Amino acid sequence: ELSPSHFSASRAAALAAAYLCYRRGSPSRGLALRGVRRARREDIADVGHKYHLELLLEDVLAKDTTVNCTAEVLYPLGNQKSAPDVQFTLEGELRDTAEADNAFYNRIKSLDQELVAENIPDSQGNVPPALKPVHLLAWVASGYLIWQNSTENTKFQLAQVKRVKQVKRSDEYLEFDYLVLFHEMVSQEIIPWQMRVLWHPQHGVQVTED
Amino acid sequence: DQVLHIVPETFQQVQHLQHLCRTLLLDLWKPLLPQDIRAGEDLHIRVPAPLVKEVKDSLNQHMISYKVLIPDVQELVDQSMPRERSNHRQVPEGYDYTEYHPMEEIYQWMIQIQNSNSELVTQHYLGKTFENREMYYLQISQPSDKAKKIIWMDCGIHAREWISPAFCQWFVKEILQNYKSDPKISRFLQNLDLYVLPVLNIDGYMYSWKEERLWRKNRSSYGNGTCYGTDLNRNFNSSWGTVGVSYNCSSEIFCGPGPESEPETRAVAQFIEQKKSDILCYLTIHSYGQYILTPYGSTTEPPSNNEELMLVAKQAASALMGKYGTDYQVGPTSLILYNNSGSSRDWAHMIGIPFSYTFELRDKGTYGFLLPSNQIQPTCEETM
Repeated sequence: ELSPSHFSASRAAALAAAYLCYRRGSPSRGLALRGVRRARREDIADVGHKYHLELLLEDVLAKDTTVNCTAEVLYPLGNQKSAPDVQFTLEGELRDTAEADNAFYNRIKSLDQELVAENIPDSQGNVPPALKPVHLLAWVASGYLIWQNSTENTKFQLAQVKRVKQVKRSDEYLEFDYLVLFHEMVSQEIIPWQMRVLWHPQHGVQVTED
Repeated sequence: DQVLHIVPETFQQVQHLQHLCRTLLLDLWKPLLPQDIRAGEDLHIRVPAPLVKEVKDSLNQHMISYKVLIPDVQELVDQSMPRERSNHRQVPEGYDYTEYHPMEEIYQWMIQIQNSNSELVTQHYLGKTFENREMYYLQISQPSDKAKKIIWMDCGIHAREWISPAFCQWFVKEILQNYKSDPKISRFLQNLDLYVLPVLNIDGYMYSWKEERLWRKNRSSYGNGTCYGTDLNRNFNSSWGTVGVSYNCSSEIFCGPGPESEPETRAVAQFIEQKKSDILCYLTIHSYGQYILTPYGSTTEPPSNNEELMLVAKQAASALMGKYGTDYQVGPTSLILYNNSGSSRDWAHMIGIPFSYTFELRDKGTYGFLLPSNQIQPTCEETM
């Protein structure tokens, strides 16, 4: 059993939340970790360390909306280069965002020119309302990168979207080329990453790295 | 100012709306001219703030339904355009504590604060930064014949944590505005002196305004100008260079070539060392994470007065939560965050200052270092 405030619990929790956000998020729904209720670590010989977590998440756009979650995070042994395995269960239903997602989708589809933007949030922490879904999409997609690159010794957060460029597509998907900056808490480093993000209201988020 | 969306249903409604627009000289966004208003077609009108109630009352009276399309036009304008930093922002009466300020403005603010509160506040020179800038702290001290203990607070040891200097400025403002009327503050000042250093890492802070927003360290140069910056919070003489650091200048947690190698570290350390028998509490303000951290980072061995340290910190966290429900975690850095050596907080405790805390302010990562300025007020209010 671990103290919920111990750093190994909070690192595993951050990873679980990022993964979860990637799987369940959209430009109108971001999920952030509000707190860790319980944490337990299980050492599995020859396999790795498995964390059993009870988490409280909040909806980034509706902060009073919280959802309970249980998650299991298995970090493979050091020599393996594979991503941690994350399993989770959410208690109850998430807020329905179909209307907002479709509105954003249509708005982007109807632009005369491909969307381009920089520094989201800006230095003062501001995000123009029109770009909030673009920011949230980056937040959701970065969950994939965080999941793929986390270890027990890292804790990543998306720090800023440095640049985003919409990529023209002939099919129904929206595609964005993002340059994002991650803050890694243990080393305190700011790490740039490029990602291509595909999204469609019914088909969720897909990420490819460059 | 608000923008209303109306779809007139009848000719009579159209006439009334045209009348309203013409007599009140309302700003039509769609269509452009009153004569083009048609039943069944979208109408968008911008109504200046002082007229909003009158216009809505008139619409209600005539059974014309409307929706508020834009509830605050100014807010949208501000968000879409960066505000000009004017040079008129120096006077504390007009000083906006809910905005982030560049160093030049903070220097002037300190002078103004001393001038308008000279019975209580004095500005003191602490030392120079690597780039030769002057470091000043503010001493808030009520004249008295009895010797008083000191509470020291420094902000901005890490350049990118802008909410931290914003808090130091807010703190000073709150104390000075309320010390006469608030019995808690006035009792406080009868027994204690407050020493506040609004920006410790001045060079780094300026660099984060001009060049690289997410810069952390100071700006000392190494390797013949090929690499810059020591992490000042790894540079103090507390188990220096042992854990949670890098010996490489290119790292964000570079501890420097030796303990107190940096002029900023030396300026603070020399002063605190000299006054240490009078200092009751050392506070250092950072972001982000929402933690109140106790010694140590370099070891999990608890400090001698751990129980008392934790008790006070827990009370602080619970008072903080009472304001806006913001949740702060309490405990030693080595258990909550990571191992690190050379931190100012550890050093202060090791030389004998009994209460030594690191505050990590809002948030938990959603905005991280780029905390929006509209969160400055609630963050500072709850931390008071």
